[in-house]
Formats: sequence, C-alpha cells, structure tokens
Amino acid sequence: MATFFGEVVVAPSRAGLDEEEEAREETPEDREIRREIEKKRYGQCCSGEIDVLWTWKSGGCAEEPLVCSRFIVAIGRNAAAFLSSFILDSVCWEVVGVVKLWNEWCRTSSTTNVLPTDSFCLFYRLISDPTVLLCQCSCYVAEDQQFQWLEKVFGSMQKKGLQVTILSTCPVADYKTQESTLTLASPFLKALKTKEFQDPVCCPLLEQPNIVRDLPAA
Amino acid sequence: MFIPCDRGGGSAAPDFKGFTLLMPAVSVGNVGQLAIDLVISTLDMTKVGYFYTDCLVPMVGNNPYATAEENSTELSINAEVYSLPSKKLVVLQIRSPFIKNKYRPFCETLLSWVKSSKCARVVLLSSSHAYQRDDEQLLGTPLRYLLTPDLEKAVGGRMQELNWKEMEKVAAYPGISDTDKVLHIPGGGITKLLFTESCSKGIQMAVLLKFCSEGDNIPDAFVLVNYLNEWLQLIKSEVSTSNNSTDPSSQWKIPSSWRLLFGNGLPPALF
Repeated sequence: MATFFGEVVVAPSRAGLDEEEEAREETPEDREIRREIEKKRYGQCCSGEIDVLWTWKSGGCAEEPLVCSRFIVAIGRNAAAFLSSFILDSVCWEVVGVVKLWNEWCRTSSTTNVLPTDSFCLFYRLISDPTVLLCQCSCYVAEDQQFQWLEKVFGSMQKKGLQVTILSTCPVADYKTQESTLTLASPFLKALKTKEFQDPVCCPLLEQPNIVRDLPAA
Repeated sequence: MFIPCDRGGGSAAPDFKGFTLLMPAVSVGNVGQLAIDLVISTLDMTKVGYFYTDCLVPMVGNNPYATAEENSTELSINAEVYSLPSKKLVVLQIRSPFIKNKYRPFCETLLSWVKSSKCARVVLLSSSHAYQRDDEQLLGTPLRYLLTPDLEKAVGGRMQELNWKEMEKVAAYPGISDTDKVLHIPGGGITKLLFTESCSKGIQMAVLLKFCSEGDNIPDAFVLVNYLNEWLQLIKSEVSTSNNSTDPSSQWKIPSSWRLLFGNGLPPALF
C-alpha cells in the first residue's frame, strides 16, 4: 500500500494476521527450543500462567468443588467499583479467593488487602448464604489467559443449578446504532442471556450488530 | 472440540459422514467469513453445535442471521457449526481472530475432527493480498483454486471444465532463477498451513481464494461465493431476462448483522 507521502508500507489486515508468524518457517530445532521455553514459563508461574488461590484450601490434592448457586462477576474497573460502592461491605461479605496473574498490562498479587486503584481479582462469599459468590476483576486478563482463567475459576465450582451474572462496561462510542451516539441518552444498559435463563431481564437485549468481547464474552 | 447443540429429547450428536465441510480462513478483508455468512443466511442453515476452543479471541452476541423478533435472541459465539443435510453440507463459521501461537494447535484439532467425523472433503474459502500479485496475476481473473492430491483425482477434471485458474507457486528466493517453487499465500491466515497439513494427512481439501485488499469487502464476498457456486451449485443461478446473463448475486441473502459495518449514523448537528 502506498501512503500519502509515496512510501510503500505493509497494510495491517483487519483479519488480524501476524505476517511474521506466517512467514516464519520452523525447523525441528526451533520447535524444540520453543517447547523448552514454554515449559519454563508455564512451569514457573510467571508470565502467562494464572493461579487461583482459595482461602480455605490448604493446597492438598483432594479438593472438593465449591458449591455455588449464584456467581456474580464484575469485569473491569467500572463494574468492580459498582460492586464496591453498592454491594460489598465487610459485614456481609468475606474474601475467599484471589487470582494471581501477570501480563504486559498488569500484574496482580496474592494479597487480599487492595486499594481501589490497584489491579486485582478477588472472590467474595456472602456470609449468610455461602453458595453466593462474587468476583471483582479490575485487572486486564489478556487474550491468551482468558480461557485459562475460565477453566481454573469454573473448574473449582460445582455447576449444577448455577446462575451466573456478568457485569461489564463498554464505551458508548463502540455502540453501533442507526442514529449517532452523540444523541443517545447514556449511560444505558443492555443484556445478553442464554436460553436457559428464564428470569425476567431488567433491560433490553443487545441488538446485532453489537457484540461483546474478551473476558465477559469468554 | 465440537460440542453439539442440545436440541432436547436427548437427540444424538449430528452425523457428518460423507458431508462437505465448508469453512473460512480468517484472511485479508475477512472475505471467506463474509462469503460463509452469505451461504448460511441464504440457505437458512440450522446451527448444530460449536467449537469449544482456546485458539480464538472470545466474542458473543445475539443471532447474526435473525430475520424477526422471535429468532433474534439466540446467542452466537466465535466458532459455530451449521448444517444442511439435504445438500450434505456442514459449515463452520469463524468470527474472531486467532490468538497468538494458536494457529497450529487449531489446525491440528480441526483436521483430526474432520477425520473423526468422516467428512468427505473440506472446502476452504480464503483471500490473499492483492498488492502481492506479480505481473501475470494482475491480468485476468482474481480468483484461484488449490486441490490436495486426493481431491485432484476426484474433481480435477471439473476445474478444467470450469476453466478455473490454479494458484501459482512462486520462487522460494525471488530474483534468483531455478530455485524451488513454493506455495505462498500472503494474507491468507491459516490457509497455507491447513492446505499443506491436509496434503500430508490425505484429506480431500479444496481452497478457493480471491486476491483483494482491505476496504469494503462485500463485493469480494459476492464474487467468491458465486465462484464457489459455479462448482458446488448451492443455489440455482437464474437467467436474468433483461440482459440474458446469469447473475446469481441478487439471490444471496445479506444477513441482518451486516448493518452498520462502517459506523453509526451521523449527528444531525454536523450539518
């Protein structure tokens, strides 16, 4: 592609193709080296690896799944702040878990004593009904960690009769609509639900062509 | 990898034995994916399942092929499978990019699913950067095909009849004569990987691709899906009485999710 100034540049593709990855031909030696590096990274719980630490588990092998009837997940700073302001308090809720992860954008630690400005991912349980679980995830979970996050968190749960509610925010500018978003009354709520969810929804459903991505989608 | 939809009543997993698997490569202009959208929407295909995979960026939305209020609330995710048993056709649609380093695992899992579900053949719709064409490729049709050796035996003759052009191989080291010729599909995503793996695994695969650039790729999608239709005859191309030519473009149904591809409406205050 020629730019305005006449230089020829490689056009970035909307399809998300990584040119270097496509051009790189791996020899068996390269493959072996890459495998060794991956073993080190994921074996050492540094970049890429996710750890979910529950307060009641001593780390033994026979770990029973957590019985959970309601799981509310708040993803992103706004949703996490909503829970902090309106739902969470130290009287009714207790911390039961924390996610430890690292990526190029943020790092969380295993401490449960966090400031609102920190990046963290904590789990709370309602003291009066211990099957109600809440997750506040203000850190960014990278693309290649989302699946792992999901498997590790839901893997610790007994999923029968479980109802999951996901709270998240998106910029109004990303909302696709016939009118301009300038004239739209914001903020506004939209929802997506599975067909198994039979309770009434408190707001309209998200119309096509709008979609949800990243951890809320996962 | 493949999770069948629960259609109620404990129905068995769908059987794809002998079916043709049609799928896109996530490639320049997303042309393959747009063409697949047209196929699913026009043939009103039924969703039969999805791929549970960590290789694609997660996404979710409501039904992209909704035609009315009633069918608009079914959730849709990044890799879903649709089927039309009357045409022995099963279609995979991919709706998001690959996660870094996950191209190869996805291809391996996909091809082993193709083998285990006993699909007869795979047709991959793809595209390649138009600006990488050489002088000869700049002339004539922008459409190309590729066949694995196993499929070449079965349908190679049909391609000759249709007067289709096979994708040319290029010199491994451009500028140096008498070097090996290799297959090069810039901007094609997993196309080359899937094709070479299929060749070595004895899978019958055809690749149909179009040279294009990023931009409004809807016309490219129509050209590619008509190209596919010349061979597979998914829809009948009616002869138009006004100019006596066969132009099936108008018979493909554009899905409702293609609205607003290039942004929202403009604020009235702008004018």
